[in-house]
Amino acid sequence: MKKSEVPQDKSSLQDKNLKEVCYAIDDDGKFTTELSSGWEVKTIIQENNLNHLNEIIQEAKLKVQKGEASPIEYFMELNRMDWKLLADYMGKWVWQIKRHRNPKVFKNLSESTLKKYAETFNISVQELTTFTGN
Amino acid sequence: MRATFTHHQTAHCENGVASNLLRNQGLELNEPMVFGIGSGLFFVYLPFLKINHAPAVSYRPLPGQIFNRLANRLGIKIKRIKFSNKKKAQEVLEENLRNNIPTGLQVGVYHLNYFPDEYRFHFNAHNLVVFGKENGNFLISDPVMETTTLLTEEELERVRFAKGALAPKGQLYYPIYIPQNIDLAPAIKKAIKKTCNDMLAPVPIVGVRGIRMVGRAILKWPKKHGVKKANHYLGQIVRMQEEIGTGGGGFRFIYAAFLQQAAEILNNKQLEELSLEMMKIGDLWRDFAVNASRVYKKRSNQDNVYEALSAELIHIADLEEAFFKKLKKAI
Repeated sequence: MKKSEVPQDKSSLQDKNLKEVCYAIDDDGKFTTELSSGWEVKTIIQENNLNHLNEIIQEAKLKVQKGEASPIEYFMELNRMDWKLLADYMGKWVWQIKRHRNPKVFKNLSESTLKKYAETFNISVQELTTFTGN
Repeated sequence: MRATFTHHQTAHCENGVASNLLRNQGLELNEPMVFGIGSGLFFVYLPFLKINHAPAVSYRPLPGQIFNRLANRLGIKIKRIKFSNKKKAQEVLEENLRNNIPTGLQVGVYHLNYFPDEYRFHFNAHNLVVFGKENGNFLISDPVMETTTLLTEEELERVRFAKGALAPKGQLYYPIYIPQNIDLAPAIKKAIKKTCNDMLAPVPIVGVRGIRMVGRAILKWPKKHGVKKANHYLGQIVRMQEEIGTGGGGFRFIYAAFLQQAAEILNNKQLEELSLEMMKIGDLWRDFAVNASRVYKKRSNQDNVYEALSAELIHIADLEEAFFKKLKKAI
């Protein structure tokens, strides 16, 4: 890639006032660096990835609404986690965490477990327990 | 308190931290040199490991390896400490800052709020330098950022103790010994050989064979998982390639820049030519990303798109195989 070809497209980097370093060759064929404001190709792929994640989050929300899943599943997806990662954060086994997705089991969770979930999701215990998916 | 430290922006975090920490001690090694001598170019495909609901690919070795290999080859000693106690982790870091030691940290990306949302995933192999603490905030040099930033005690603790694959466990590191006279030439040769051997490894999921395996897998995804999932898988490959540490095209350009510098140090004309060849391969990786992004626009001819992408990746693998064989001979 030539220095003049380093993409300067609009991207999410601008929202945070960022630019990234790219390596490219100058007119003498020597490698140098150039800042890039973003690349359209990357933006398209990132947007699609976020859409994909949003679909999963909406599915989880719907499940909570219908009473098929506890808020744990929704907040897990919202935080871009999976069962294994959530179990790591909670210091529990995956099968234990998956039990908590059952609304009946979730209702009977201890205060300390709920607190730990809330901390992991960076919300209050109240936000966690009162989430109905609506 | 504030340790003496100059922030330089780089393309990739581990290169950047290594380069910035060494420059701070008077050893002028730029990013391509760190990346090259640390044998940073790599490829591995782990279809059985799912990250973000898609098979894992990595364009780099395990976290810490670039700096470790660089240090081994140049006789530099690095101290690394992991912690189980969060309080202790902060105390040791602050002790370092009091002693004027800018300190590298391995951290998780997800809770770094200075990144755009699109970049925030549970990826635990990010690196940054802490070089001070003022008004209760840590002074942060994140090498992929243009300028330095701040993190509160709580924020820093969160990213240092991120959980999941490659959990950093509060790990901090810093060079404790740098030899007076450093001869780059033998280190460069050793490093290039290692990269060639990695990329040509007789293991189906590693190096050019790994790239080829992904190429073949792309062809099967739409039939096996449906178009939607196949597109998501493809997107992940390109995101890993162009976003998380600029693996595909980006890494090839950094490696090409390294070969150009190596050509001069080793007085080897052939490396200069190979540098340009590597750059052209980098351009092809970027073309692959461009074509992959089109799957989201086109609705028709979906099968053909996958066939074309598969062929493109296999072609890249063939070119890289020939390239690394030549490079091995040139050293």
